[in-house]
Amino acid sequence: MVDFGFGLSKSSAVRLDQVDLSLYRKLEVLEPGVRTCMSCGSCSATCTAGPWSGMSVRKVILNLQRGKDVSAMMQNCMLCGKCSMVCPRGINTRHLILSLCRIYGERK
Amino acid sequence: MDSRIILIIGGGVAGMEAARQLFLLGYQPVIVEKSDHLGGHVAGWHKLFPDMMSASSLIETMAGGLDGVTVYLKTTVATMNRLTSGFSVVLSNGTTLLCGAILMASGFRLFDASRKEEYGYGVYDHVITNSDLEHWFNTGEDDRIPENPSHIAFVHCVGSRDLKAGNPQCSKVCCMTAIKQAIEMKEKFPGSEVWCFYMDLRLFGKKYEDFYINAQRDHGVHFVRGRVSEVSEDIDGKVILKAEDTLAGHQVKLKADLLVLMAGMLCNEETPVLASMVRADVDSDGFMRSRDNIYRINESSRPGVFFAGACTGTKTVPETVAEARAAALDIHNYLVGNG
Amino acid sequence: MIYQGKQKIWSEYQKEIPADGWFYVRSCIRQSFFPASEKYFLAVCRDLLGKDIYESEHHTTCGGIAYHCDTIPQETAMTIVARQFALMKEAGYKNLVTSCITSFGNYTEILETWREFPELEARIRENLWKATRREFDKPEYVAHASDLVYKFRGEIAEKAVNRLVDVETGRPLRIVEHIGCHYSKMFPHKGIGGAEYPYVLSGMVESWGGEVIDYPERRHCCGFGFRQYLVKANRGYSVSNTHKKFESMEPYHPDAIITNCPGCPYFLDRWQYVISEQTGKTYGSGGYGIPVLTYEELAGLVLGYDPWDLGLQMHQVAVEPLLDKMGVKYDPDAKYLGLNKKDILKPGLPSVLKCC
Repeated sequence: MVDFGFGLSKSSAVRLDQVDLSLYRKLEVLEPGVRTCMSCGSCSATCTAGPWSGMSVRKVILNLQRGKDVSAMMQNCMLCGKCSMVCPRGINTRHLILSLCRIYGERK
Repeated sequence: MDSRIILIIGGGVAGMEAARQLFLLGYQPVIVEKSDHLGGHVAGWHKLFPDMMSASSLIETMAGGLDGVTVYLKTTVATMNRLTSGFSVVLSNGTTLLCGAILMASGFRLFDASRKEEYGYGVYDHVITNSDLEHWFNTGEDDRIPENPSHIAFVHCVGSRDLKAGNPQCSKVCCMTAIKQAIEMKEKFPGSEVWCFYMDLRLFGKKYEDFYINAQRDHGVHFVRGRVSEVSEDIDGKVILKAEDTLAGHQVKLKADLLVLMAGMLCNEETPVLASMVRADVDSDGFMRSRDNIYRINESSRPGVFFAGACTGTKTVPETVAEARAAALDIHNYLVGNG
Repeated sequence: MIYQGKQKIWSEYQKEIPADGWFYVRSCIRQSFFPASEKYFLAVCRDLLGKDIYESEHHTTCGGIAYHCDTIPQETAMTIVARQFALMKEAGYKNLVTSCITSFGNYTEILETWREFPELEARIRENLWKATRREFDKPEYVAHASDLVYKFRGEIAEKAVNRLVDVETGRPLRIVEHIGCHYSKMFPHKGIGGAEYPYVLSGMVESWGGEVIDYPERRHCCGFGFRQYLVKANRGYSVSNTHKKFESMEPYHPDAIITNCPGCPYFLDRWQYVISEQTGKTYGSGGYGIPVLTYEELAGLVLGYDPWDLGLQMHQVAVEPLLDKMGVKYDPDAKYLGLNKKDILKPGLPSVLKCC
């Protein structure tokens, strides 16, 4: 193999038709409210942990829908409940996070 | 009995226009209006998009077409009973009417912004609603609006698209209203920065997108895609907003001199009472239920009971005017037996 | 700020708190953080005001900390809670009062969950029976201990020896109220005043002569956040939250902070030392910090109990500036004398934060 000093770049594009949605599907069963998220960002705006740790319920949901691992981000949730207070769709975000903990716990 | 009297409940844009059309068709419309003036919400507005027409001159023009129409102000409907033909109606002022048909033009009410406690309406010194701002455009009277604001924030979807507030539907006119008002504020305070916090911008009507482009290009209005989650007041009495800029993916904070809440449209509180008097149906969103939402929007499920305007859902002024004319024709066809 | 606007909201979040007949459950951590607070809750409500409050030495943790740290599932926490309910039934009580905010949130969440999923309640009944041969009744009412002190705030004010007023100038003391997250954020209607403008502590402050400060970050968590503190790598997040709150309240020059949660007073108190060492900044006047008190401690001061009996020497931030403003009588030499005048030793002094 020849070293050209450069290589093929890896694409960061997400192939929506090939995404692994198994975790998201499990979450839908435990907390059906997750389907109604409209990414308004209220949860992330008010998140106590957000500005320091990057925690964002909106990103957790979206990344899960794109097949990404969200376990690290989710661990930063403080379960303070501010996001439940502000969600206009009334999603039980607390139960959503706890359900996701359970799903990741069962995978170990 | 074939009465030529038509009861019109509500003296807003819908009721006024339907009354004029019915009068021109040879009927005797009777407008029953609970407040002390005609014109409904529009009467308190300043300018109407997209032409920036003066709201008061529109109402003046429309009222000019009501010569010969009976109008009862500060009056409500006490009872309505269906007869073999037509209806017997008693009004709160004691008047009894025998009418051939009923038109519900009872309109809407604005969401009570103080119910979104996190926005501090009625608690913080510089938080107003879209309606308060129009009132200020008209009168110049509102202590909550500071003299030289450097930052003005608009929050879209206050009490609409909000399941928790019990109002899941989109109020549809507020995006456009916010942009109209943002431009008007920029014109009044050219030195200020104006911020619109939105979830989605829904600019569906003729020339609405032009307003959006103007707001961006000519007025430098800032648009942030994120719903404001909480508002506080700081020691100087300024309002502090927190939102997520969802497109950039980080929290944002804004210290503003004025916060304008775009309160959404809800069904009127009288809707269920009025509906039950004539056994019409109320829809899942709390508004009156039309026979369908495509072809028979003006018709209720009961013969002789018709709808016009925002009593069946959120409407713009031109939509309401068009519906009022359509309802007048529907009533005419019903009464001459073409229905 | 329009005070009447807040009053309107408060009027929508009032609770009908039973006057008497309470089964009291303590917190896991408060007795080490604030050793006299629970003792003085009983001293004030039971002994001084003569309310019927009972506690059992057999009750345990509610499991809330483990549950919030994701180390036990909720069913386990529910079974632990069911056992407390069984103890309450055996003692003949129907109203439960918790010392801890997270317990209050935990009990409330479990009862609400059972209301929506009765089959889960049935399973927990079975769990409890298998594990302990006990049976339980659900409490008729669950209150947080601060709800009770709120209810009795007028009676306390009538017996007040000291008020939340600067004795020199007559100025009402400026008090920051801080509510534990699990008090009303999950269920706003379970908290007095709701979640946006909680009134439970404000009501006490107003009754006892003080003035409540409303500062922009009033809703923000103290920074404890369970996992954020318990994992050392995340402790920076915890102190950052606390720092954010102090920066926000600083312009109002608070004389004290009152709290109703086990974790909040601890972190608001101890992190002031850490922040002072990290940034060189203190938030009280003259190099002192802002004293942070539990509502029982504040009630105790109002009623004239000795500050050292109330355990105020266990705070990191010196409380003396507050005592002096209120005109509380105390013996500086007795600060570090324990039971029977035993010397409990003076702590070392921080390099920045001024302590007495």
